[in-house]
Amino acid sequence: MRYSGFKILKEALSGHKGWTPAWRNPDPKSHYDIVIIGGGGHGLATAHYLASKFSQCNVAVLEKGWIGGGNVGRNTTIIRSNYLLDGNEPFYEFSLKLWEGLEQDLNYNAMVSQRGILNLIHSDAQRDAFIRRGNGMILHGAGAELLSADQVRREYPFLNFDDARFPIKGGLAQRRGGTVRHDAVAWGYARAADSRGVDIIQNCEVTGFHIENGTCVGVETTRGYIGAGKVGVAVAGNSSRVMAQAGMRLPIESHVLQAFVTEGLKPVLPGVITFGAGHFYCSQSDKGGLVFGGDIDGYNSYAQRGNLPVIEDVAEGGMALFPGLGRVRLLRMWGGVMDMSMDGSPIIDRTHIDGLYFNGGWCYGGFKATPASGWCFAHLLATDTPHDVAKAYRFDRFRRGRMIDEKGMGAQPNLH
Amino acid sequence: MIINHPLLGPCDAQEFTYLGDARLIDRPDGMAGDAEDAFYHYAYLRDNPAGEHRELWFHEQGDRSWLVVTRNTVTHQITSVELARDVARKQGRGV
Amino acid sequence: MNRLPTGGQIDRTTRLRFTFDGLPYYGHAGDTLASALLANGVRLMGRSFKYHRPRGVLSAGSEEPNALVQLRKGGRQEPNTRATVAELFDGLDAASQNAWPGLKLDALAINDRLSNFLTAGFYYKTFMWPAAFWEKLYEPIIRRAAGLGAITTDADPDGYDRGFLHCDLLIIGAGPAGLAAALTAGRAGACVILADEDFCMGGRLNVETHALGDQSGADWAAGVVAELASLPNVRLLARTTVLGAFDHGIYAAVERVADHLGQPEQGKPRQILWRIYSGRAVLCAGAIERPIAFANNDRPGIMLAGAMRAYVNRWAVTPAQTVAVFTNNDDGHRTARDLMAQGVDVAAIIDTRADAPACDGVQVMAGAQVVDSSGRLGLKSITVRQANGQEHRLSIGALGVSGGWNPNVALSSHQRGRPEWDDAIAAFVPGGALPQGMQVAGAALGQFSTQGALAAGAGAAIQALSDLGKTAQAPDLPMAEDGEVRITPFWHVGGTKARAWLDFQNDVTVKDVTLAHQEGFRSVEHLKRYTTLGMATDQGKTSNMGGLAVMAELTGQSIAQTGTTMFRPPYTPVALGALAGRSVGRDFRPTRLTPSHAWAVEQGAVFVEAGMWLRAQYFPRTGETGWRQSVDREVRATRGSVGVCDVTTLGKIDVQGRDAAAFLNRIYCNGFAKLAVGRVRYGLMLREDGIAMDDGTAARLADDHFVVTTTTANAVAVFRHMEFARQCLWPDMDVQLISTTEAWAQFAVAGPQSRALLQKIVDSEFDLSNDGFPFMACGEITVCSGCPARLFRISFSGELAYEIAVPTRYGDALMRRLMDAGREFDVTPYGTEALGVMRIEKGHAAGNELNGQTTALNLGMGRMVSDKKDSIGAVLSRREGLQEENGLRMVGFMPTSPQDRVIAGAHLLEKGAALRAANDLGYVTSACYSPTLDSYIAIGFLKAGDTRLGDVLRAASPLTGHDTEVTVVSPHFVDPDGGRLRA
Repeated sequence: MRYSGFKILKEALSGHKGWTPAWRNPDPKSHYDIVIIGGGGHGLATAHYLASKFSQCNVAVLEKGWIGGGNVGRNTTIIRSNYLLDGNEPFYEFSLKLWEGLEQDLNYNAMVSQRGILNLIHSDAQRDAFIRRGNGMILHGAGAELLSADQVRREYPFLNFDDARFPIKGGLAQRRGGTVRHDAVAWGYARAADSRGVDIIQNCEVTGFHIENGTCVGVETTRGYIGAGKVGVAVAGNSSRVMAQAGMRLPIESHVLQAFVTEGLKPVLPGVITFGAGHFYCSQSDKGGLVFGGDIDGYNSYAQRGNLPVIEDVAEGGMALFPGLGRVRLLRMWGGVMDMSMDGSPIIDRTHIDGLYFNGGWCYGGFKATPASGWCFAHLLATDTPHDVAKAYRFDRFRRGRMIDEKGMGAQPNLH
Repeated sequence: MIINHPLLGPCDAQEFTYLGDARLIDRPDGMAGDAEDAFYHYAYLRDNPAGEHRELWFHEQGDRSWLVVTRNTVTHQITSVELARDVARKQGRGV
Repeated sequence: MNRLPTGGQIDRTTRLRFTFDGLPYYGHAGDTLASALLANGVRLMGRSFKYHRPRGVLSAGSEEPNALVQLRKGGRQEPNTRATVAELFDGLDAASQNAWPGLKLDALAINDRLSNFLTAGFYYKTFMWPAAFWEKLYEPIIRRAAGLGAITTDADPDGYDRGFLHCDLLIIGAGPAGLAAALTAGRAGACVILADEDFCMGGRLNVETHALGDQSGADWAAGVVAELASLPNVRLLARTTVLGAFDHGIYAAVERVADHLGQPEQGKPRQILWRIYSGRAVLCAGAIERPIAFANNDRPGIMLAGAMRAYVNRWAVTPAQTVAVFTNNDDGHRTARDLMAQGVDVAAIIDTRADAPACDGVQVMAGAQVVDSSGRLGLKSITVRQANGQEHRLSIGALGVSGGWNPNVALSSHQRGRPEWDDAIAAFVPGGALPQGMQVAGAALGQFSTQGALAAGAGAAIQALSDLGKTAQAPDLPMAEDGEVRITPFWHVGGTKARAWLDFQNDVTVKDVTLAHQEGFRSVEHLKRYTTLGMATDQGKTSNMGGLAVMAELTGQSIAQTGTTMFRPPYTPVALGALAGRSVGRDFRPTRLTPSHAWAVEQGAVFVEAGMWLRAQYFPRTGETGWRQSVDREVRATRGSVGVCDVTTLGKIDVQGRDAAAFLNRIYCNGFAKLAVGRVRYGLMLREDGIAMDDGTAARLADDHFVVTTTTANAVAVFRHMEFARQCLWPDMDVQLISTTEAWAQFAVAGPQSRALLQKIVDSEFDLSNDGFPFMACGEITVCSGCPARLFRISFSGELAYEIAVPTRYGDALMRRLMDAGREFDVTPYGTEALGVMRIEKGHAAGNELNGQTTALNLGMGRMVSDKKDSIGAVLSRREGLQEENGLRMVGFMPTSPQDRVIAGAHLLEKGAALRAANDLGYVTSACYSPTLDSYIAIGFLKAGDTRLGDVLRAASPLTGHDTEVTVVSPHFVDPDGGRLRA
């Protein structure tokens, strides 16, 4: 079924009887060419691109709960490609380009809104670092603008320019950055993959891998054994748990990141803004809520909830930046489990087990990566070679000393 | 969270700084023949369990003790707190 | 007027004036904005989010989805305030929101006409063509229509506080269960906190007519509250909402100190965020009534039955002169009885149960349903379908609806608890693993009778105290109502094409749930996210249950199988100001001042933030027109004679013990074991992953005593790292560490006249001659006739230079002495800018180079990493990726035209190479104008830079519009042989 304004009109006039499920709810088959574990954004995007770009349609996505129930369903919805390092920037720029054409590709309005992202500058050293980054972005074709404090003030007059502990000295803007309606990303990919024959199987938890002579040939699940030519794992915060079933230890820790939304407000914040002197980033959703977040709580956790110190810290950052927020009410907070890698950058790679492929280590930046992650993982699964923009995302980079450490924090996941 | 410091009693976890898996105590010998492989495993690979986890916390805004806290990463329940120095000694670390 | 002549817990002697949408009204002390508006006959209070439907109050509490208003003006403007909990004060100024031009005639009510097109999730299916129109056209329209209230962007003028409380027992909710629990624990001497969101404690006791013993519920509650207030071990927190249950018995609560006043009293905060550390907690949060969905069930005048009697009993307000009740349970009948008792005309009780009991004085229509309503801006009539199928109209001004009560389980589910279905009350009750130390009592646990709640509260307190090793006895509790729950679940009236509302605020109707089901959005989370059910400011307190029930009906599953969505903090929305407390504005973070700060202020210094520190950036002099002029002068003066700079911010760590040298030998990648006493050495610290962590110096003051310095930025992290090594890696080394950053004031005294200046300060028995105190010497000395000090002959500037440290309390005095004594040398204070210029001229790495991504090899110090010992980071620094011959090396750059600016952050490319990432050869890290060389200079990292000295490259910064031709040079621009250092 093709979605359009005309279709809505037609259905409205005929009692909405013609709408059909956005995706089927099939029982698993006994064997697939490719099984993807994890019905989150990355897993569903992988399925879509496998089917649409690599003609691989005998594919199943296995999800232990309901699709889109992980980090794609609980994040701050930001997209951007303002990375520093050569290992990252081409990948995220590829992703941003895919976002730009997503709705037409999926026939699903995920509300990709290029409202711009602005990283604020509060010190000379920070400006030097942002100039290096912005120039890198321009060299990679991603575009960047350096704003003076006055220019920032013109766009965001209500920020704290006059009574700030850390005065705003400018900003690095990427106008093509923005936000996307996060749930719709999962649903749009699911619907598109399903329409090409991909089986999306919910409430199907993988409990073990079948590995014969060093080759993965299938998975045990709560809905029985499913054979597979290849198995791709894209389970974010659960990466270590799942890969432990294949006997692997990963360069990953699971940490909780909290995010927040306020009550709905009439439009006040034009774009995405990140505070450079505290842990706070914010945008306003189409519904009117200010969506914001800060730092991870900092300890290993699988609990999908955090604690007060970080909540207070984030609120302090928000108030320090935007003193008019005082009477805005926080409506809801939630926690997601982040697959924090040892250098803050992801892994899309084969494993030492033939037929078993891994996609993870996205830290708290996985949402914006969804399209490129799906495409590159599909590329790897279909062709057994890494996509050009993801070729640095290998497991062995740690052994070989080729870390991609944007923040320069070293092998300590909670600092990335 | 509250960490029951073996010397100071219950303290808000906010007073502490977190490092990670207590296996970071088990630093390999840098002069050994297989040092590069051993250090790769030591520095980069983690069990990252969903369940009981022994982990290092530093009482930065307190007495500057490093502690080994045994905490469940699913429930956040803490079952034991030890001085990391005692743990290190028990594990045979000396000078 | 709808104010009843008698009754209620309002102070009729106090008349409070307020305005709503500019019109003046009067109410009484004890009123909420909602009760006062109802008393004035105002039913229309808001508009819904999506269809802009006219709305009045649904509830009498914080679960209110409809009656949201904008309170106050200017920086105090407060959107989305629930009129049902806004305490009336004299001068209160409220306005309606989400309506234009006005509440009665709202242009966007057109959406209601278009509702057939604006079904659940319609926006996912359209607005895709043409692609560029989303940001330009569709989205701006949607955004303007969406949102609820508005804020001004003015700063909030009110203050907020945060506080910490400790107790044995936290009791959440001061209804019958909570009061009984508090009385039990309070009398037993336990440390008790009782928190309630209302301004008057008592919960449903204040709104019901049940007697407790020979008293009214409200009187009994007031008596208990008075006794609790007299107990020193009990803290009563009214107007306080417990927002969330966090780990290990920690709760967050916000106390609204001044929201019931025009503005906070002088010096008082508006609100306080309490972090409560509890031994045990009893959740006595009561229950929330749920509506029944039927066609057009959202008109002003249609409200929850329990709320209707709350208005009558507590506030002496009837929502209309003629009312009716629609119910599926006995509790609805109470509303009819209470209203009749107050003389309100009750037209009928429409009870969905075929076996509905009779009710004295009013017709009970058993097995009947309300199938529609009318009235554009307020209810005028309802259509009732009798059990026999006949339909007829009832003209009424208000309808009380009761679909049963949901235990308020929210806080029990903030961690791992998941509610469980209880058939007996047709509702979810707390289940699964509750937060550590929490029990639930009373209606929150499904114990709906007053008697049951009282007993359960007392019992829970006894149990909680017993867990803590304390004993308590149940107080004599009064006899009270002990009725059982009689309910036959009924969720929505079917057989209609009209819309029947489930989520009032977000305009989610039964039809939307049906469509979600049809399209496969059947899990509760998909249902919620696709339809927005339960995502409004009330977080589904009155709507989720109905939505779940309709979905369960459609899927053929039980409600228990269907399950609930997640309950998340905060329980009710909380002002961000309260969460931030006083850490706002300039107090966002502490400000650390250097020992010479007051002196620098006197000199008119310009300051700059350096982490938490505030440092003098430069010292402008009269006549200087720009910062560059001042900085150039400071550099020239220092290099020409002598300058002084406060470097206290550098981290200082005292290292003592027999194994101090051996310890540092493992911390630094270069050797320290053989450093002689009285000598200083530069040290480079690596992280265990082989990347440079920090650099500084270590001075050996005695065999077993070193003083280590770190960079300002890494002082804390380096100390933590060294303690880790000491306690966790080598626990038996005899070494002790203490951070002395704050204990010593330290000044760099640099320049050819620095020795001459110091000789005037340092006591004469100490030999400062080049032989007596050579480059890299250190020692403990005295200055100014006996003041203890430490002297280090080290140099960041590249000049003959010293750093001198005195106990912090003498720092200010020493700075003044140095300035006095240096007058003859024209001593010049210099700030961080000149410091930075001189270190670039000298080619020292600093924060921009030690960026956490660079190795010793990158920094040109590869040979410092000793392979003769086991030091932290040495092994992993040898990995192939970090040892590439073609890797980045730190070099210097001079523009081919000296006055062409080189920009820090510029990227390096071959001359003539296109601006493409493939041509990227490295980047500039630090750049400045060198007054010494009369040229811009820079340092940075260049691929194989050590082999490219003399090559001409392009330093391009398209971001800033700079593109400079530069020559690769040694980073040591000034005195590369170090002759000046040793002079």
